[in-house]
Amino acid sequence: MATEESASVMDDYEMLISTTDVALLKRAWRNEKAAPEILQFESSLVQRIKEQIELAEQNEEIFEANNIEPLTVSLYQMDLDRTQFLLRSYLRVRLQKIEKYLFYVLKTDEYLNRLSKQEQMFARRCTDDLGSHLDETVLAKLPDNYRSILKQSITSEEDDMVPAPRLDTFVICKAKQYLSGLDFEPEYSMEITEMERDLLTFVCYKFVKKPLENGKIDLV
Amino acid sequence: MAGQSDSTMSLFSSEEIEFMAEDEMTEIVPNLRMDSLNFICGDYGPFLPQLAAQVPLWLALALKKRGKCTIRLPQWMSVENLTRVLEAERDSHAFQPLPFHYIEISRLLFDHAREDIPDMYMVRSLVEDIRDVRFHKVETNLEKFTASTVTWKNMSAMEVNVIRAFAGRALQAFYKHDNEQQTQDTDRALDKQPQIPTDRPKRNLKPR
Repeated sequence: MATEESASVMDDYEMLISTTDVALLKRAWRNEKAAPEILQFESSLVQRIKEQIELAEQNEEIFEANNIEPLTVSLYQMDLDRTQFLLRSYLRVRLQKIEKYLFYVLKTDEYLNRLSKQEQMFARRCTDDLGSHLDETVLAKLPDNYRSILKQSITSEEDDMVPAPRLDTFVICKAKQYLSGLDFEPEYSMEITEMERDLLTFVCYKFVKKPLENGKIDLV
Repeated sequence: MAGQSDSTMSLFSSEEIEFMAEDEMTEIVPNLRMDSLNFICGDYGPFLPQLAAQVPLWLALALKKRGKCTIRLPQWMSVENLTRVLEAERDSHAFQPLPFHYIEISRLLFDHAREDIPDMYMVRSLVEDIRDVRFHKVETNLEKFTASTVTWKNMSAMEVNVIRAFAGRALQAFYKHDNEQQTQDTDRALDKQPQIPTDRPKRNLKPR
């Protein structure tokens, strides 16, 4: 009993601290790491976090000037390090995904719109570089029919050389509240009908894409 | 924890899981006076000697390493509770409720706050036993699952992470073959016999 009680106290606490931007960023980071496709860039959150990091860096200089106790300074430094790690890791995971699905992201508007301005620039530069590299090293030396980066040969109807994110990857998720059939896409109503709160569920990513985008579940 | 070391980006490294665990709240008893700390991740303190305070685990450990506090053992880590959990864990197929990060939290406390844990030896071996029983359950569960969605109550972060890659790929394969089977079934509507893998003709093994 005691553990259950303390667990619910912990839950309330988590609710309380989940309002901080760091907790939100942690959530975004976890979801981004666990999801097979690239998610919507959290632009306002990243902006806020960047401002807070800048503020913390300024504070650090003030501490030094005012001879604040080294212990306190080092604790603030740790807090700053942790936040910076989260932010870097979040941005880095996204860059890795962009690199991995480069051509797919660029030709799919839905994905392209999920990227930040800088990420879009990165994707375009990457494509240009990779494209000209492949042209110079391989494609230019192949017969005309096989020179496309996107297609196996000129007879292919689709872009069959572009790896797409696999939405049937299985992910582990946890619902923050009870989810009924209405929370899922109707086309998967056969596969998934409900989800209990706080229950870890191994599930096909595409089934839970909608509640994930609505912030009703978290990937673990 | 084999299979975890590959750099597939969707996996969390054990360090990353530990990083998450370090945000769990812990009770400390400071032995110094310190003003409130207004961190990016939240406000903590002010700290007064002998007055218990709630802080994230990383902060508790940082203060502990500098000898500025003692850490109060979380209630679930008491010998009584762990004994009870271990018994229940052995008696039942289900996982007992434990903090999501129980492995990492206990590990960090064993490594850095051993003098704050009464019956350290006992607590440690209990946690290890619980972990072993649970990992065994995880493994036996793996033999059983077949459905397209699988749920677990009270499984912890490390346990989830260990089976993530393997179970994820296995379920994906199940899902894929299930769908293939359905399309085949509709192709030959008369053939209603379910296809059970063991019914497949066995390949004769070459004699050594």
